Amino acid sequence: MSDKTTIIVQSGDMDKLYSALIVSNGSLAMGMEVSLYFTFWGLLRLKKGGLEKGPLSKMHFLGLGKKMMLGRMKKNNVASLERLMADFKELGGKIIACEMTMDIMGLKRSDLIEDIIDDYGAVGTYIQEARQSAITLFI
Amino acid sequence: MAEIYVDVRGETCPVPLVEMRKAVRKAQPGDVIEITGNNAASKKEIPMAADALSLAVISTEEQDGIWIIKIKK
Repeated sequence: MSDKTTIIVQSGDMDKLYSALIVSNGSLAMGMEVSLYFTFWGLLRLKKGGLEKGPLSKMHFLGLGKKMMLGRMKKNNVASLERLMADFKELGGKIIACEMTMDIMGLKRSDLIEDIIDDYGAVGTYIQEARQSAITLFI
Repeated sequence: MAEIYVDVRGETCPVPLVEMRKAVRKAQPGDVIEITGNNAASKKEIPMAADALSLAVISTEEQDGIWIIKIKK
């Protein structure tokens, strides 16, 4: 068991991506290593221009709820997902994209934000990371 | 030995921790990192993070909701 956090990011919802990146950046700030394994709806957030596109998991109301939530977050000075992702990469966080999801969704590497993705893998890659992790989450 | 100043006033979770970590990474051994902020949770958590990184907190002070934490690398 080492000082490592591994998270499966399965949801593409905006608020859940916030949870994943905040836990990740906290882990990095406190000296841990972090791997994020993006699969299924989560992988859509790694599409070019897709990071901020997720709906709110509750009370999305065709985008109106999300707009209100973003307004409140801005008022409280909450960092954007772009900022959180930039910090995540600067502190050495690792991103793995699920290859099976890419096949299912018909996504090529060139459809994704390739410069932030460290690895492309399947379940074995995740297990290899997770078995050495003190914190593992499914979001 | 340099002093590095980090101003996270107005910033909220997790930015103060992250900015502290960035400064620590750039600092040389012996440097002092001075973080100024007003997020209440961060005042507790920056010393926790310093402890996790095996760094010493030299001082913590607070006035009118603004705190200053000094950490030595």
